[in-house]
Amino acid sequence: MTTPIDEELAPAGPTAVELGLEAAEKPRSMLRRGWEVFSENKLALVALVFLILFVLTAYLGPFVYHGNATQSDMEAVTLPPGAGHPLGTDENGADVLAQLFHGAQLSLNVGVLGGVISAVIGTLYGAIAGYFGGWLDALMMRIVDALYSIPLIFLLIYMGMIWGHSATLMIWVIGLTGWIGITRLIRGDAMVIKVRDYVAAARMMGGGGPYIIRKHILPNTIGTTVVNTTFSIASSIFYLSTLSFIGLGLESPHADLGGMLNDGTQFVNQGYWWMIYPAAIAIILVILAFNVIGDALRDAFETRLQKR
Amino acid sequence: MSLLELKGVRTDIRLKKSTVHALDGVSLSVDIGQTLGIVGESGCGKTMTAMSVMQLLPNGGEVVGGEVLLDGRDLLKLSEREMAKVRGNDIGMIFQDPMTSLNPTMTIGRQISESVRIHRGIGKKEAHERAIEVLSLVGMPSPQRRAVDYPHQLSGGMRQRAMIAMALANEPKLLIADEPTTALDVTVQKQILELIDGLKDRLGMAVILVTHDLGVIAGRADKIAVMYAGRVVETTSTEALYANPRHPYTEALFDSLPERGAESGTKLYSIPGLPPDLTKPPAGCRFAARCRYAQDTCREQDPHLSGETEAHQYACFFPVGAVEKSAKAVPVTLTEATSNEVIPRTQIGAPLLTVTNLVKEYPITSGAVLRRKIGAVSAVADISFTIYEGETLGLVGESGCGKTTVGKLLVGLEDATSGAITYGDRNLVADRHARSGARKQIQLMFQDSYAAMDPRMRVRSVLREPLDIQKVGDKASRDKRIGELFDQVGLPRTSLERYPHEFSGGQRQRVGLARALTLAPKLVVADEPVSALDVSIQSQVLNLMKDLQVEFGLSYLFISHDLSVVRYLSDRIGVMYLGKLVEIGPADSVYSNPVHHYTRGLLDTIPVADPEVEKAKEDKGIAGELPSAIDPPSGCRFRTRCPAAQSLCAEQEPPLVEYGTNGHLAACHFPLRLFDAAAKANSTKPEDAAPATA
Repeated sequence: MTTPIDEELAPAGPTAVELGLEAAEKPRSMLRRGWEVFSENKLALVALVFLILFVLTAYLGPFVYHGNATQSDMEAVTLPPGAGHPLGTDENGADVLAQLFHGAQLSLNVGVLGGVISAVIGTLYGAIAGYFGGWLDALMMRIVDALYSIPLIFLLIYMGMIWGHSATLMIWVIGLTGWIGITRLIRGDAMVIKVRDYVAAARMMGGGGPYIIRKHILPNTIGTTVVNTTFSIASSIFYLSTLSFIGLGLESPHADLGGMLNDGTQFVNQGYWWMIYPAAIAIILVILAFNVIGDALRDAFETRLQKR
Repeated sequence: MSLLELKGVRTDIRLKKSTVHALDGVSLSVDIGQTLGIVGESGCGKTMTAMSVMQLLPNGGEVVGGEVLLDGRDLLKLSEREMAKVRGNDIGMIFQDPMTSLNPTMTIGRQISESVRIHRGIGKKEAHERAIEVLSLVGMPSPQRRAVDYPHQLSGGMRQRAMIAMALANEPKLLIADEPTTALDVTVQKQILELIDGLKDRLGMAVILVTHDLGVIAGRADKIAVMYAGRVVETTSTEALYANPRHPYTEALFDSLPERGAESGTKLYSIPGLPPDLTKPPAGCRFAARCRYAQDTCREQDPHLSGETEAHQYACFFPVGAVEKSAKAVPVTLTEATSNEVIPRTQIGAPLLTVTNLVKEYPITSGAVLRRKIGAVSAVADISFTIYEGETLGLVGESGCGKTTVGKLLVGLEDATSGAITYGDRNLVADRHARSGARKQIQLMFQDSYAAMDPRMRVRSVLREPLDIQKVGDKASRDKRIGELFDQVGLPRTSLERYPHEFSGGQRQRVGLARALTLAPKLVVADEPVSALDVSIQSQVLNLMKDLQVEFGLSYLFISHDLSVVRYLSDRIGVMYLGKLVEIGPADSVYSNPVHHYTRGLLDTIPVADPEVEKAKEDKGIAGELPSAIDPPSGCRFRTRCPAAQSLCAEQEPPLVEYGTNGHLAACHFPLRLFDAAAKANSTKPEDAAPATA
């Protein structure tokens, strides 16, 4: 390491300008240094590898394993795991492994898209409220407070009842309700950033509100945004599973992981464990993986932890 | 035997992948009744020395060798429990920032009595009485009342007094003061330093004063240890060190002081290069890479502390300065020591910007919804001045005097309450359109360049931002301009792709200056541009600012609390007090012949790096602290702290009148010198206010 170890140890002079700067290694991008911090978190690496494998399996699995996920097959109902059906079959004779691929795809689709939609809305809304402040902020945040006072699950149930249960609708329902948590965090960040000298400098150069939000506020909230997007994907999957589990989400035969669990629990007393555990373990592991990665990303975006 | 003696102390700090050898064989001693000063640039190990004595090292830090003897007892051999008894009981410590060192949720009295109770095991009531006793000892006004105040209710000076009270509550034998006044104003700094000095004699303590300020230490320390890269490089009595520094590093530090160049207008010396990386300290002399006298021996062998006398020790093969009775060392000539290059002065031209009756008030509101206005902070109160083309106007004053607000008003970061800022022939206060036009012409250089650069932008984008916003030229011409700017501020173009945190403090200030110049402005408002830097780096930035001024015919409004820096750079100086401009005039005239009592006091309080001067000015200076700007004193705002104040001062506000013919103005009813007869004739000053004090 040729650069100084500590800011305090680093005064410089004209020659040092050359010495100190030329000798240092090529400047690395923010992403690269972020990755260095991220990769030190071994648990996060495990989670990342798991998630990649999980995604690959969910989307590529059906090409390798041609199981019957949707058709009823009264010849083969509730078979335990065995030859031909690695994870057994359900009460309609559909193959659990094939269903699992299908359900995981649905869970991921709805979770990621719903999570991203809520992150985008939440970030923009929070940045605008936080930067402009004053009456606009007061108004925007009272709306958020009002939404906060409605339990999210009720809202989801209600919207689901009005608009139905298709996957696309679920994405929008989750996206349009999940952003309020992010918005508060981003607003807090924006309020801190807007009093920084570099924002003052940009204002002094003649930069207007939209410019400053785009160039300074949003890039500097990227840490909060990315981290909370990951968390919000996790909670989107969670909410979809919950909705499906209580029968208000996606239903069989096009069930997500939660829907599968719902099915399975109807037979909990018959000992058909293969209809419960695969889906339940998948839900737990995916949500856990997203949360672990979110934590590691939070560290990675902390500039001070990055090595110079 | 000395009270405290350090023998070859070595301290390491383990990082993730390397070990910083923060201290390498530090030997020091201090006696009862003595003040030992430790000076050096930041990162040289001053604070680490103090922390090694206290054994309060940061994570991964450990004293790996040597002895720390307090009254003959090796503190390094004590267990953590025994050491806890020593801390606060035998050794008291004062930190730099009193606000962060005090617990905001506890009253001052409780915090002091807490430490008394821990160490003495006495009851709550006695401890509280003791707290009040020490608070009055440190000169806290009305200690009974202050003892039940919370830290945020006290001013900066009072907080530092509370910190000292806490450190002294158990009558320690040794007081370690780590930059005790760096966060304070000069006028308060003097009071605190005097307090520490007085307490040392009254309580029979030894004091270790750690500071980066050669002026602070000159008048306070009996002996001094100069540290560099984790070692003591020179140690001797204060007088000997200032009169005859022997180590080239000490000499270089002195040469970097702006006082040195103020009278002659010469370039300041600045120490080139960076201090060595202490994870892999160099084999030879640690200063060799930056030393102007270094020879091959210096790079190969490591010099040890030695000297002709026991009293004056230095670690150098080729010591500088006068060698009186030395046979072994060949004195090095000082031809290159100070630069004789006189910087050409810019031509001062026509008025560039005129400020007339400028007022800025911040409303104080009450109630969350209706926001009733219940008062106003008078930040800038009716001030007028002119900045000419090519000149530097220095603006000095204590923090809270409104100098930064003036700067913000000029660059358009704040809107004036009333008054006019005339640039060209348009009034920037009234005319919004003119203001956006003037944005290119008037730029601000921030105090903390790091905070003023978006941490997620590469320096190239940081510099290009003003051009992008103002839509100057196309992409290629913008990039060309940025490259030129980097050359001009002496940074290699290859570092344009770096992020701000990859630069050191001095380098960042260069980038900050480059950014201020991107739009080719006429006026640069520089708000404390060097106050966060070490002297050796400070001088580089000052030199650069002077060079670029000549090159581009810039005008500067140079805002600083440091009079010696202001004097070095400025053609004229304005002195502000509590929102008022109390004196303005040519730099030499204001500095050597001040009219206003505040200016005089300010000059007297500023520590000069000369023990003779420092000792001579015992009782001068300004008493008290800055009054609140919410309800400023009537008449002359300085009257509450003025030695010459009379009833007239409370009744009537003194106008700015001219003294002499050189444009030296001051606002005082009882000035330090009479205005000349010539000026008197056309002055508007009331006859009855003429009688002068000495």
